[in-house]
Amino acid sequence: MSDAALIHARGLSKRFGELTAVDGIDFDIEKGEAFGFLGPNGAGKSSTMRMIGCVSPPSGGTLRILGLDPVRNGPEIRARLGVVPQQDTLDTELTVRENVIIYGRYFGLSRKECKVRADQLLDFVQLSERAKDRVEPLSGGMKRRLTIARSLVNEPEVLLLDEPTTGLDPQARHVVWAQLFRLKQQGVTLVLTTHYMDEAEQLCDRLVVMDRGGIAEEGSPLELIQRLSSRDVVELRFAHDPPPVDEQVFDGRVSRVEVLPDRVLLYTDDGDALVPVAHERLHPQSVLVRRSTLEDVFLRLTGRTLVD
Amino acid sequence: MTYALRSFEYWAYSYRRVWRGSVVTSIVGPILYLTALGVGLGKLVNRGPGVGVPYLDFVAPGILAATAMQLATFESSYPVMAAIRWTRQFHAMLATPLRSRDLLIGHQLYVAARLAVVSAIYLVVLAGFGALHSPWAILAWPAAVLVGLAHSAPVSAFSAWLQREEGFNGLFRFVVMPMFLFSGTFFPVTRLPHGAREIAYATPLWNGVDLMRHLTLGTASLWPSLAHVAYLLLWVAGGLTLAARTYRRRLVT
Repeated sequence: MSDAALIHARGLSKRFGELTAVDGIDFDIEKGEAFGFLGPNGAGKSSTMRMIGCVSPPSGGTLRILGLDPVRNGPEIRARLGVVPQQDTLDTELTVRENVIIYGRYFGLSRKECKVRADQLLDFVQLSERAKDRVEPLSGGMKRRLTIARSLVNEPEVLLLDEPTTGLDPQARHVVWAQLFRLKQQGVTLVLTTHYMDEAEQLCDRLVVMDRGGIAEEGSPLELIQRLSSRDVVELRFAHDPPPVDEQVFDGRVSRVEVLPDRVLLYTDDGDALVPVAHERLHPQSVLVRRSTLEDVFLRLTGRTLVD
Repeated sequence: MTYALRSFEYWAYSYRRVWRGSVVTSIVGPILYLTALGVGLGKLVNRGPGVGVPYLDFVAPGILAATAMQLATFESSYPVMAAIRWTRQFHAMLATPLRSRDLLIGHQLYVAARLAVVSAIYLVVLAGFGALHSPWAILAWPAAVLVGLAHSAPVSAFSAWLQREEGFNGLFRFVVMPMFLFSGTFFPVTRLPHGAREIAYATPLWNGVDLMRHLTLGTASLWPSLAHVAYLLLWVAGGLTLAARTYRRRLVT
C-alpha cells in the first residue's frame, strides 16, 4: 500500500538550527483523497507542507512524492503539484488574469494555452468579471480564490493548501470549501493544513493530528471522534470559578471531564439526559449540549485547544 | 536556461507597466547630463589645464558607464528584496519547476536587457553630440552591459542576503555615490591622492570607464582593454557565485 502512495513519508524531520519543527513523522497520502494536517500554529504543519512542496529540503527521514525524491527531482515533482501558500504570492500590480497567465508560463505552457486556461479557471473561481482588474483592491476571499485558480493552471495531480481559509470571513470560507470540494470530486488529491476543526471535518477524508512536531493520531474525522471522544459533550459555564468536578459525581455517565479556563466539558453518550443532573449538582450559569468534534479529539490528545 | 527565461519573462511582463516613462528618462537623462557637464562645465574645463581631450568627449563615456552602474545597482536592489519579501514573486516561482538559480539568472538577464536598451539610446545621443571618435565605439555598447552586470551580480547577492531594506541606504550612500563621483567618471583618477587612487583602480566602475573611454575616443589598445574586460567578468562571475548562495539560503530553507 505504501509503495503506491502518492506521498510517502517515514521518519520525516525538519530542523532549523536548535529548533526541531518536524520530529520524525510517518504518513502516506493516497491518490484522490483529501488529506489534512490538523494542529495549532507551530505544530510543524507548514514545515511539512514546504517539504512536500519541494522548497524545503528534509533534515532527515524519507520523503517520496509521486514516487520521486524531492531533493533530486524537485522541478519534475513541482511541475505536477499545485500550491496554495499560506501567505499570498500574487503580484498585486498585475491584473487578475495576468497573474494566472504569467504563472502558467513558469510551467512552460504556451501563451495561448495560458490564456485559455486563465479564462476557464477564473470562471471556475467566479472571478471572470474581475479578470481585467488589478489584484490590489480585491478582498481577501477573492485573492484566495485567485491563488487557487492560479495553482490549477498546470492541471496538478496534487493540490497543496496551507491554511486555505485562514483570515477569511465565514461566507468566503464556504465559497472556497465548495470549490475545493468540486476539485476533489474531479479526482484531484488535496493535501491541506488547517487549525480549524470545521474545515478538517468538511474537507478531509483522512487526517493526522499534529502537535509539537509530531503526529498524535491518524484517522478519518468520524473515526477519530468515535475512537477518542464520546458522542455528546455538555459544556458548562459558571458565573464564578467552576467548582471541582470529577467523573464520580455522575455515576459512570461521564467518561471524561475537561476543565478549561472559561468552561467545563463533560464527555458523555447522552448529553440531554445529563443536563438536569449537571444543573442539580454543579449549579452552572449556562449549559450547552453538542456533538463531539475534532476539537475535543485534539483536547484529549494534547490537553490544549486548537485555536488559542 | 529555459527555466531562467521563464523567470525573465515575469520581469519583462512587469516592465510593460512602466516602459513609457522609463524610455523617456533614458533619452532625457543623457541629454541633460551632456548639456550640463559636457557643454556647460566643459567650456570652463577646456579653458584651464583640461583633460587632454575636449571635456565633452572625456566625460561622455564616463557618464555612460556610471549610468549603467547606477541602473544595474538599482535594478538588483529593491526589486530583488521585493520579489523575496513584498510581492513574494520568487516564492511563487519556486512553487513551479523553477529553481533558485533560475530566478537569479532570469533576473540578471532582465537587468542585462534593460542595460542594453538604455545604453543603446545613450550611445545614439552621444553620437548626436559628436562624442564618438572611432568605429570601435560600437563596442562601448556591450561594454556598458558588462559594466552593469559587474555591479548587478554582486548587488543581487547582497540584496538576497540583506534582512532589512535600510541596508540599501548604506549601499547607495557609501558605495554607489562615492564610486559614481571618484571612479574617473568626471576627472582622471590620477588627480586622486595615493590610497584613494588605488581604491579607484580596484573598482569595477573605473575599469569600465577606462575601457569605454578608450573605445569612444579611438585610443583603445588590445591588451589593456582585454584586461579590463577580464576584470569585469571576474566581478560578474564572483557576484553570481555569491548570489547563487544567498538566493538559495534565503529562499530554499
